[in-house]
Amino acid sequence: MRGRRIRFNLVNLFLWLLGGGLLAFAAFGSFLTLVEGRIQPSQWQSLVIAGIALGSVYALIALGYTLVYGILFMINFAHGEVFMWGAFTAFFAATALNDAGLMVSNPVLAFFLVLATSMLVSMLVAIMLERIAYRPLRGAPRLVPLITAIGASLFLQYTARGFYGSGVRAYPDYTLFDGTISIGFLSLSVKQAVVILAAVGLMLALYVFINRTRTGRAMRAVSEDKDVAAMMGINVDRIIVTTFAIGGLLAGAAGILYTLIFNQVLFFMGFLPGIKAFTAAVLGGIGNVIGAALGGLILGVVEQLGPNLFLSGYGVPSPNQLKDVIAFSVLVLVLIFRPSGLLGRKENT
Amino acid sequence: MQKYMRWSGMLVVLMLILAACQSGDGGSSSEPSAGESDPPASQGGGGAADCDADEFGCIELAEGDPIVIGTALVLTGANETLGLDSQYGAQVANELRPEIAGHEVEFNFQDDGCSTEGGTAAARALVSEENIAGVIGTSCSSAGIPAAEILSAEGIMLVSASNTAPSLTAPDTHEAFYARTAHNDSIQGAAMAQFVCEVLGLTTAATIDDGSAYADQLAAVFAAEFPSQCDGSITAEEAVTVGQTDFTGVLENIAADSPEFLYFPIFVAEGALITQQARETSGLDDTALGGADGILTPDWIAAAGSAANGTYLSGPDLAFSGDFYADEFLPAYTDVSGESEPISVFHAHAFDAYNMLADAIEAAAFTDGGTTYIPRSALRDAFFATSGYEGITGTLTCDENGDCADAKISVSEVQDGDFVRIWPEE
Repeated sequence: MRGRRIRFNLVNLFLWLLGGGLLAFAAFGSFLTLVEGRIQPSQWQSLVIAGIALGSVYALIALGYTLVYGILFMINFAHGEVFMWGAFTAFFAATALNDAGLMVSNPVLAFFLVLATSMLVSMLVAIMLERIAYRPLRGAPRLVPLITAIGASLFLQYTARGFYGSGVRAYPDYTLFDGTISIGFLSLSVKQAVVILAAVGLMLALYVFINRTRTGRAMRAVSEDKDVAAMMGINVDRIIVTTFAIGGLLAGAAGILYTLIFNQVLFFMGFLPGIKAFTAAVLGGIGNVIGAALGGLILGVVEQLGPNLFLSGYGVPSPNQLKDVIAFSVLVLVLIFRPSGLLGRKENT
Repeated sequence: MQKYMRWSGMLVVLMLILAACQSGDGGSSSEPSAGESDPPASQGGGGAADCDADEFGCIELAEGDPIVIGTALVLTGANETLGLDSQYGAQVANELRPEIAGHEVEFNFQDDGCSTEGGTAAARALVSEENIAGVIGTSCSSAGIPAAEILSAEGIMLVSASNTAPSLTAPDTHEAFYARTAHNDSIQGAAMAQFVCEVLGLTTAATIDDGSAYADQLAAVFAAEFPSQCDGSITAEEAVTVGQTDFTGVLENIAADSPEFLYFPIFVAEGALITQQARETSGLDDTALGGADGILTPDWIAAAGSAANGTYLSGPDLAFSGDFYADEFLPAYTDVSGESEPISVFHAHAFDAYNMLADAIEAAAFTDGGTTYIPRSALRDAFFATSGYEGITGTLTCDENGDCADAKISVSEVQDGDFVRIWPEE
């Protein structure tokens, strides 16, 4: 008993030393970089804005992970593919509208049409996923739906590949969002502004939905305790489907916002953002909606800023190749100091 | 105790079953091979002796058997045009020369995935094909490195039409059965450095590679050549990862030194994104962009959109002398591929690779009692002895490390969504 306790403390000590060391390394690196002064303030600013834009996309996907986890305690690894289907739908809708000329004659309407179709398709994919892949396994051990999720993810990926081929497809240009705007000393491209605003709007809408509507209250009740919620007359199945549908809608929106920034779609594109968004959800505390949004933003900004800020001062060659290392180190750091994530519920750990 | 006995009993039974299975397998596979190798040994004294003398044995083809040529080209993913283009080149060559050494050619198409894993998988699949005569591939250098190793260990020729990484034919790292008809990037990187210095007159440059063998080595050659060509200086040598989509961090870091030229000899997906994002990076407004043959495909222009305009790309010079290319090859290419024009730039190299391989096979092959024997080492020696071969891409002569190309590099500029060859002047 006693020996075990000492070992436990040693492990803890080691983890704290590791965490402290990483923090000190990053802080000293930032100091060196800033003293060197090679990168201009305007560049730091555009890095932060790019990080926020990317982070809001991560946040939208992360919300889908966290909502489903909050209710079913399962990790829906196919969620990245729901996002990918949204992006593909947006690609086809945008190309069709572009061919029809609507993108030129009425770009605002065209944008909202594309947004609506891709959100709808992603929602349908998410609902089908729940109905076909997860519901039959509702009572199974937790490992079983996890494996199913990976299978479903591969299925969705390679279905897209079968339909649309394995090449990269470029998006038609939205001339609507060309140009830059400057607010005071800030200057950002219209695309980034649209992405950030749309993401923030959707997250606010979700927050209001969860906290102010009857369905939202029912979702919270199911997340607290499924059985009691069922006894209170809540249709648990319907709430679960609703949760998947909302996650799908957000992923669809993330899909079109992502393609707005990066202009191309690929059948494999859901994988990395999916992993990143999952990381963001864990970072913020999985199961917590605000945590997912926060985690996404932090991850996005750290990814953009981190390599240049922490590493370039040390003279590390090509620091930006290590941006994923930095992103995941942040995850490790957060989990060392706060094992349930930044805003995670204690009882979940 | 009894429990343990039972377990160990089961273990013994399991092991016995396993052993039985293995010996069963061994028996069944050794029988036919013995059956195959026996008759020639008894029939033709000379032939069998040659085959026995050859370290890797012979390819044996009974009368009427097809001769199998493998390909390991990238057929899926963002870089599929690179592989398909080479495949069409080989197929055109095959249409004009459907038989090698009296045997009809049958292709075995494998996908190299433009990655180390893909190259390994493709090479293993081809090695398991009995009597495979040779392989055309790979498309990407990163796939070529493991594929060359695997195929060379079995004595199978691998001839690449588009691998350009210097390490593949460097004396220390060259695999014995590897050769290529594509240029070596020590030439392409130097040519690009010369172009940037002499034609564009720029003196500062930054490079981005994606960690693949091709990009890493080509960027390094450029970075080594550029300072020596015109007192130029390299401001940054950055790297990204394959599959990355956001390059703001890299580009801002590079923009801090505002280089006049940004060279990113990488592949289609990342190359298109870097092109777009570099145009939107404020510190790179006046920076000229340049890439290499990895993105010299209409797919890249389609993916990069209008941002592609004004970019300089190096690659093999397709202004071939002779009428064959325009009059016969291109129409045949259109027939085979269904494309109106070539979708990448290494089809002619693949055409030459097929024909050189065919010539080497015919030089090494001999017939005995209706069976064709091709000793593998003799095939390799015949290929490496290729000298003054008149192909589409020029006059090809192989050196001892497998560099066969008659390397001519040209630079194109993207103008209004099309590649326009601008250097060297014809």
